[in-house]
Amino acid sequence: MKTLGAILSGDPPRGRVLTFLLLVILISLAFAPLLFPGTAALNVAAKICYFVVLAASYDLLLGYTGIVSFAHTMFFGIGGYGAGLALYNFGPSWTSILLGTFAALLLAVALALVIGLFSLRVRAIFFAMITLAVASAFSILASQLSDVTGGEDGRNFRLPEALRPGFQFVIGPFTINGRIIAYYLIFFAALILFLLLLRVVNSPFGRVLQAIRDNEFRAEALGYRTVVYRSIGNCLAAGAAALAGVLCALWLRYTGPAVTLSFDIMLDILLMVVIGGMGTLYGAVLGAAIFVLAETYLQNVMAMISHGTADLPILPLVFHPDRWLLWLGVLFVLSVYFFPFGIVGRLRAHR
Amino acid sequence: MTPRGELSLPRQRRDFAPLTLVPLVALVALPLVGSPSTWVTLTLAGLAMGMIIFIIASGLTLVFGLMDVLNFGHGAFITVGAYAAASLVPLLAASLHADSMTLNLLALLALIALAMAVTAVLGYAFERVIIMPVYGQHLKQILVTVGGLIVAEQLIIAVYGPVQIALPLPTAFRGSLIFGDVAVERYRLIAVVVGLVVFAAMLLILNRTRIGLLIRAGVENGEMVEALGYHIRRLFVGVFMAGSALAGLGGVMWGFYRESLTPGMGMDVMVLVFIVVVIGGLGSVGGCFIGALLVAVTANYTGFLAPKLALGSNILLMALILLWRSRGLYPVAKR
Repeated sequence: MKTLGAILSGDPPRGRVLTFLLLVILISLAFAPLLFPGTAALNVAAKICYFVVLAASYDLLLGYTGIVSFAHTMFFGIGGYGAGLALYNFGPSWTSILLGTFAALLLAVALALVIGLFSLRVRAIFFAMITLAVASAFSILASQLSDVTGGEDGRNFRLPEALRPGFQFVIGPFTINGRIIAYYLIFFAALILFLLLLRVVNSPFGRVLQAIRDNEFRAEALGYRTVVYRSIGNCLAAGAAALAGVLCALWLRYTGPAVTLSFDIMLDILLMVVIGGMGTLYGAVLGAAIFVLAETYLQNVMAMISHGTADLPILPLVFHPDRWLLWLGVLFVLSVYFFPFGIVGRLRAHR
Repeated sequence: MTPRGELSLPRQRRDFAPLTLVPLVALVALPLVGSPSTWVTLTLAGLAMGMIIFIIASGLTLVFGLMDVLNFGHGAFITVGAYAAASLVPLLAASLHADSMTLNLLALLALIALAMAVTAVLGYAFERVIIMPVYGQHLKQILVTVGGLIVAEQLIIAVYGPVQIALPLPTAFRGSLIFGDVAVERYRLIAVVVGLVVFAAMLLILNRTRIGLLIRAGVENGEMVEALGYHIRRLFVGVFMAGSALAGLGGVMWGFYRESLTPGMGMDVMVLVFIVVVIGGLGSVGGCFIGALLVAVTANYTGFLAPKLALGSNILLMALILLWRSRGLYPVAKR
């Protein structure tokens, strides 16, 4: 029990239902290749893995530091492009992945620092606007530098031998192909990153961030340089987002503006964090899992409802499968008002 | 005893430095662009674009100044205004495509009036439903208004479909006027006129009327205005509706400028609008005007000189301005 507490940094989920749900998610993801055979299901599982890291790192900003950034997809994209372009240009080797990851991390952290210095100094509200502007400039830049980035089409690239679908690895009676190895690489990387983020928010540093969020003036009066803490938090979140981008690129074997940089993904992350629960990293896990599942399967359910109500007015229009984002948007607004701590907040209250 | 004259407050020192920025940028660009006629065309086009951005941004900055609400949903009003106008177009098709300047102009005014009315009403609902519960909480405001933006955009897609809709210009406003070497698109002239009218009207209302006095007082110190017996909430709603109507007007102008509508068009402009508002100083109408012209003119020059850097130039411009004045050109006193 003690080791478990240490692994979770002394911040267990609290709440029986919540623990149960998180265990279900963890076990489903850990045994996804066995439980849900088929490429589509494995794609969903991998997507949940890297979106958990992305949403958790965003929660470090939004929930723990209390600043709204719209540049998180930019850092996600930097990671994706870093790994992707390295693999594309230097060939499919592990060195390329490491090199690309390292370069992406460096760029993401440096950029986060510069943006933070410009906007966190004055008012947190500037930060939201400036990150939005910088992120949109970056995504335009990425699609315009088509010689380097492949433009709107992005880049397809090959992974190292061991991660390719054709690779066979035999242990006893089992044969594991490269795709499953890639999945587990992503799963464990995501798990470790998540636990590290949990460590960060429960460290003294994380407590200071929360103090700044709750009462900036008081934190400053206690002697904490709020700008420094916010900037470090911003850089950490940017770095984690870049690593999530690397995982995304490794799974998709593709990188491009639509999957990493678009504003829609930024909105997706916001929805995940807010609906799951701000200010608790477990919320990011729930939010990411629910969102990715909804994105994939809710449309089918809505198609059924839409079909079933075809004779009624308006309803089929409202339940049209393309309207799923409308419903999540409504849920988003409602959860900001009524469940400021999202699903996790609800589950903890009903412990 | 001091003579009576000295009892009055010292005149507020006028700050002229930001006013020189636009002419300065234009002057620097002249030798770089080379040909004077191209330069005039670029400058005028930039000014027209700047006016449209100003119309949109002024609503946002006014709402922020008075209510301390940063409305990320502002983009939705732009889109709604443009779509509202577009749905009236089939009814007015005859007058819009008649070969008469007056008919065209009347039809355009009707479209604008409808768009502003629709967005004002929507603004009322938005303020009541979405924003009222979260006054004074910036984080929630940003989140909730982004949520409102998502819902509004999805509703527009549900009603009008996700594809681009064409919005052709009225007959009389197509084409360009030629003065010697210089070609000026007619519609851009209209945009400049509308922008100047809006700017002048805002300055007049803010500086010369009782309502304007209350609004300015509310920006400086809302509690005091309330203590003096004025209903500041009513003022809030009014300003929010006006801000939304301005976004609607901007949406129509922007839609005609691009001659097409997309559900995401509002959000696309918002990026520029935020840059403008940050440059001008959150809450300042004058700063917003200069910021809008500055951004549009700079973007136009760089678009001509180095097309790939156009949006990057705005970020650079913003960074430079913030290095010079970290709260924007004309920071509002209290913040």
